[in-house]
Order: sequence, then structure tokens, then C-alpha cells
Amino acid sequence: MQDLLYFCQQLINGLTIGSTYALIAIGYTMVYGIIGMINFAHGEIYMIGAYTALIAITGLATLGIAWLPLVLLVALICAVIVSSSMGWAVERVAYRPVRGRHRLIPLISAIGMSIFLQNYVHLSQGSRNIGFPALIDGGFQLGGDESFQLSISWIQITIFVTTFICMSALSVFISRSRIGRACRAVSQDLGMANLLGIDTNRIISATFVIGAALAAVAGLLLGMYYGSVDPLFGFIAGLKAFTAAVLGGIGSIPGAMLGGLILGIAEAMTSGYLSGEYKDVISFSLLILILLFKPTGLLGKPEVEKI
Amino acid sequence: MVAQNFRHALFCALITLIIAWPIMGLKLTAVGTEITVVGASAFTWIAVALAAVIVFLFQLFRDKVMVGLGAVTILDRLADREPLPDEKRLRLENIGLVLLIAVALIWPFFVSRGAVDLATLVLIYIMLALGLNVVVGLAGLLDLGYVAFYAVGAYTFALLSNYWGASFWMALPIGALLAALFGLVLGFPVLRLRGDYLAIVTLGFGEIIRILLNNWTSVTGGPNGIGGIPDPTLFGMEFGRRVKEEGNTSFHETFGIAYSSEHKVIFLYLIALVLAIFTAFVIRRLMRMPVGRSWEALREDEIAARSLGLSRTGVKLSAFTIGAFFAGFAGTVFASKQGFISPESFVFLESAIILAIVVLGGMGSQLGVILAAIAVTILPELAREFSEYRMLIFGAAMVLMMVWRPQGLLPMRRRHIKLKAGG
Repeated sequence: MQDLLYFCQQLINGLTIGSTYALIAIGYTMVYGIIGMINFAHGEIYMIGAYTALIAITGLATLGIAWLPLVLLVALICAVIVSSSMGWAVERVAYRPVRGRHRLIPLISAIGMSIFLQNYVHLSQGSRNIGFPALIDGGFQLGGDESFQLSISWIQITIFVTTFICMSALSVFISRSRIGRACRAVSQDLGMANLLGIDTNRIISATFVIGAALAAVAGLLLGMYYGSVDPLFGFIAGLKAFTAAVLGGIGSIPGAMLGGLILGIAEAMTSGYLSGEYKDVISFSLLILILLFKPTGLLGKPEVEKI
Repeated sequence: MVAQNFRHALFCALITLIIAWPIMGLKLTAVGTEITVVGASAFTWIAVALAAVIVFLFQLFRDKVMVGLGAVTILDRLADREPLPDEKRLRLENIGLVLLIAVALIWPFFVSRGAVDLATLVLIYIMLALGLNVVVGLAGLLDLGYVAFYAVGAYTFALLSNYWGASFWMALPIGALLAALFGLVLGFPVLRLRGDYLAIVTLGFGEIIRILLNNWTSVTGGPNGIGGIPDPTLFGMEFGRRVKEEGNTSFHETFGIAYSSEHKVIFLYLIALVLAIFTAFVIRRLMRMPVGRSWEALREDEIAARSLGLSRTGVKLSAFTIGAFFAGFAGTVFASKQGFISPESFVFLESAIILAIVVLGGMGSQLGVILAAIAVTILPELAREFSEYRMLIFGAAMVLMMVWRPQGLLPMRRRHIKLKAGG
């Protein structure tokens, strides 16, 4: 019984982290699906989202506004606006001019952008980590006895619910809306979509904006969950999310969701049963193994190389 | 058209304000346990506003500005000029090289200890950049975990000297060979991956090595690192004031000169110089050998190269292994120079710096890479007040280089023969 409860606890922790990875992974997978490049700076956009949310929360606290739903809503909106603008600007400045060149050129440009953004925040906000106020605290205990109880915190539930809402909204958006349809068309065949009168530049910008907005949501959620932010906070999270995207099959949106959850659970199990220090090793090894043995991921379509 | 341009310019200026104002203008400050938001100085506000105005004007007159920028072709003309005739070029190159090496050999005796120390660091970066240049520039494989091989070299020396008392000269080949072995073993499975996947896998590998070094406390000392790494000796002569090891003599006693701590620094510099020249020489030769040609052939067109009978795995693996070998070299020298190493020195940022050097110098070009290594290492030291902006500038420079000059500042020049018109 105790073992089962412990297992469930790890499962819940894993699902919490995993659902936020999935949110970030959407940005990677949509961009890769459309223009075939790894947006290396995506982790930094998520970090900027977390910082903006923190600035908004602190600003409201200074003004004396403490009604929780309002604070969260304002923080969310600020983070989404700033991150989306950042995503748009990054695409415009660093990726559009090099689109269509040799594969490595956009990637190096993206790495440069990632370093730039990290240091941009580092120089303007300092390099130390800053505490993120726990706006939603407390939780409840379930089952078990004195020695071990299954505990679920409200923030975990918030993360689940928010992620679920975002994912459903995205699915509806992609499958029903005009822009969503255009996105799917562009990811199938960019040139053809262009010929049929779709403004592909606009659609590519839109994918960056959508990815960045979801990353900003993840930034706010994970900021509250971890309780602190620092300028390097996006790098590892970005890599993890990329792993999740690859695991699910890069280019596939349901794949990113599935990959995020699996990765989150794998990490939680490693920290729960082995050691927390090696959880990064597990996810990087997972990344390497998938790329070696099943580069199309779980739900991805095999890529045919044409000569 | 004008109205559309104006709207676009206004939109861009607005975006600039949105991305610059909250992050730069509102600084989070911890006061005790509380955090507050403090408005930044007036200077920052003016800078943000100015940036928005500049973006607005640039977007408004975009077409004219771009034409103006296109006219800056001095570097191109320099790169495209007619190559000198062979004999003359060889003579000039030889004289230039001899002079350069002579100066490099003599100058440390006339400058301060700090300058020599910095020069040693520059030479280490030159070795690293030349090695990475083989992998990224010549073979076209983006390796983001290059620093892992550097770490293997450094840790090999540290561990060998700690556990078996190995000297620098013993550890140098072992470290380099072990790094090359790591390159071989890692390269074998990953090299069939496509360019960007390879980059991510190498990045993951680099992080795994660093995390292992950090957590395998019983062997590597974890975050505390390993200290007491010995200095190199000259034919068994030590450079310390007192001889540490039985049977060795000390340098200043053998030659009957007064002890000076500078001897050691200069000696290390000379070793690094010799190794850097060795690296440059070997890679220069390799570039002209069939294996070097096939690196470039595979980079330019993999399918064509394979249909001509080149083994993809073999060629890529050779580039990867040779790159790793020189990183191991550099790592050993680095461990000896510092006397202490910890996983802190082998983070991803270090890989990114080396990559930035290769990209700035012009992928494939040896001269360009050497000049870029010197510039990237020395400039932040010269302009101390700018040193915290160093990485910011690197990042921006990498993006700008890719957008405007992906071939680098001094691109590699291949000798070619032109058909005469009408001939």
C-alpha cells in the first residue's frame, strides 16, 4: 500500500512537470513542423515569460492589489504579450533572413539569439535567482497513514487545469480556425501553400507567436511551482521540452503533449527511486536514444529524403 | 505602399517597446525577504525610447538602408582578389610565418606576467577553435558538446597526476588520445544523424559528461574539482622554488640563475605555442590530404560524395576524432595552466564561445579562426567595463554573422583556375 502510494505521488509529480514540458514543446514542434528548424531560443522565451509574470505580480503587489484571480490574470496576460512579441521579433530578426539556407545557419543563428536573450535578462535583471511568490499554496492529503500520505497541492491542480485548457484551445484552433487550417497547409507543403494564396510569412510568424504564448503560460506556472526564476532557467527547460517534442515525434502536436507527459513521469520516477541529481542525465540519455533508434518519435511521420 | 510601410514601422516600434520596457525598465529587487519592482534609471528609459525610434526609422526607410548596407563590400574585394602566383605566395608566406613565430617566441620575455598568462589562454582557445573548425567548418557537423572532449583532456591529466603521479608530458598524449577515443565512441552511433539532430545529441552528451563530473564525487571531487595539478617540467627540471619530486632538479639551480616565478609562466606559454603551431600545422596538412578533401566534399553535397564512393561514416568519424584529439590537447594544457579544474569550466557556454570563434573567423578558414580566437579572448580583457557585455555581444554577433556574412569575416579561399574568356 505504501509503495503504491509512493508510486502514485511520483506519478502526480511527473504529470505536473510533464504537462508544462508539453506546453513548451508545442512551440518547438510547431516551428519544426513548418520550417524545419530547431528554435533554440524558445527556452529563453519561456524564461522571459516567467520574468514578466513575476514583474507583473510584484508590480500589482506594490500597488496593493491582492485579489488572486485578478493578479493571476494580469500576470498571465502580461507574460503572454511580452513573450509573443519576443517570439515574433526573434523570428523576424534572426530566422527570417536566413530561412532556406543551409541547415546549420538558422541553427547557429538561433544559438546566438539564445545567448543574447539570456544575457539580455542577466544584464537587466541580475544573475541571482529571484523568489517567485507562492500565490496558490496549500493542498490536501489523501489516504495512507502517519508514515506516508499522498499529497496534492492546489498549484499542481492549477497546472493540470490550465494546461488542459490551453491544449484543448490549441487543438480547436488548429483544426477549426482559418489560421489553423493555413498552418496545417503550410506544414504540409510550404511552396504549394504559397502558390494557393496563403501568406506563408504571416503563418510562420503566427506559429512563433502561438508557441511563445504557450511558453509564457508555462513560465508563469513553473515559476510558481518551483518558487524562483533566474536567467539560466530557460536553457535546461528548453532542452527538456525539445526532448519531449522529439520523443512524441517532432512536428506532431499530439506527439508533443504525449512526449511531455512521458518525459515528466520518467524524470519524476528517476528522482523518486534513484537520485534527483541524475534526472537530467536520464532525460538527455532518453533524447540520445530516441534520436538514434527512432528519430521519428512515437507519433511522428517518417521523413522521406528526396534526391 | 508608403502607408503600409508606415504602419509596419509603427508596429515594429511598438513591439520593440513591449520587449524592452518591462525587462529593462522594471528591475526586480530583493529587499530582505520581500521583492519590489524598481524603475530603472532615466538613462535606460531614454535608451529604450531611442531604440524604438531607431527601429521605427529603420523600418520606414528599410529599402534605402539595405541598399546602402549592400555597398559595403571591402571585405569581399579583399577575399576575391586574384591570388598571388605560387612561388611568390610561398615565399611571402614563409617569411611571414618565420617572423611571426620569432616575435611570438621573444615577446614574453619583455612583458608582464599577466600578459603572458593571457597569451597562454589565447593559445588554448586557438587550439580548441582549430580543432572545432575541423568538425564544424570543414566537415560541416555542428558539435555543441565540444567542451566535453576538452573536459576529458583536462580531467585525464588531473586524475592521472592525482592517482598515479603522472607528469604533464605523460598525460599530454594520453589525454589527447583518450579524448579522441571518446570522440570515436560517441561519434560512431551519432554520425548518421542529420545536421541539427547531431547538434542536439552532442549538446546532450556534453551536459551528461558535465553532470557526471559534478556528481561522481568519489573520483572527480564533484563541484569542488581537483587541485594540485603539477606544472610541466623541462627534461625533469621543475620550475618551482623547491623540487617537489625525488630525482628532479630545479630549473633555476641547474642554470645558476635567480629564481623567478615568471619562468614557469613563460615556459607554459612556450609549450602552448608549440602545441598550437603543431595543431595548425597538422590540420593544414590534413586539409590538403584526401581525407581533408573528403570532409569538404561531404559537407558540400553528401549524396554526390557518397555516390563517388566516400564512406560517410568513415569520413565524418575521422573529422570528429581529430577534432576531439586537439580538444584533449588543449584540455591538458588548460589543466596545467590552472593547476585546478572543476566542472564549472566545462559548461555549455564554453562550447558556445568556441563555436562563436569559429563562426566569426569564417568556417573552414584557419587564419580567420586564429584571428577570431585572439580577438574574442583579448578584447574583453582590454575593455574591462565591457566584459560583462561580452556574451551579449557574442550572441548578437553570431546572429548578425549568419544573416549578413555566413561565410565569416575571412572566409576560406580555395585556389582555383579560371577559364580564359574566348580561349
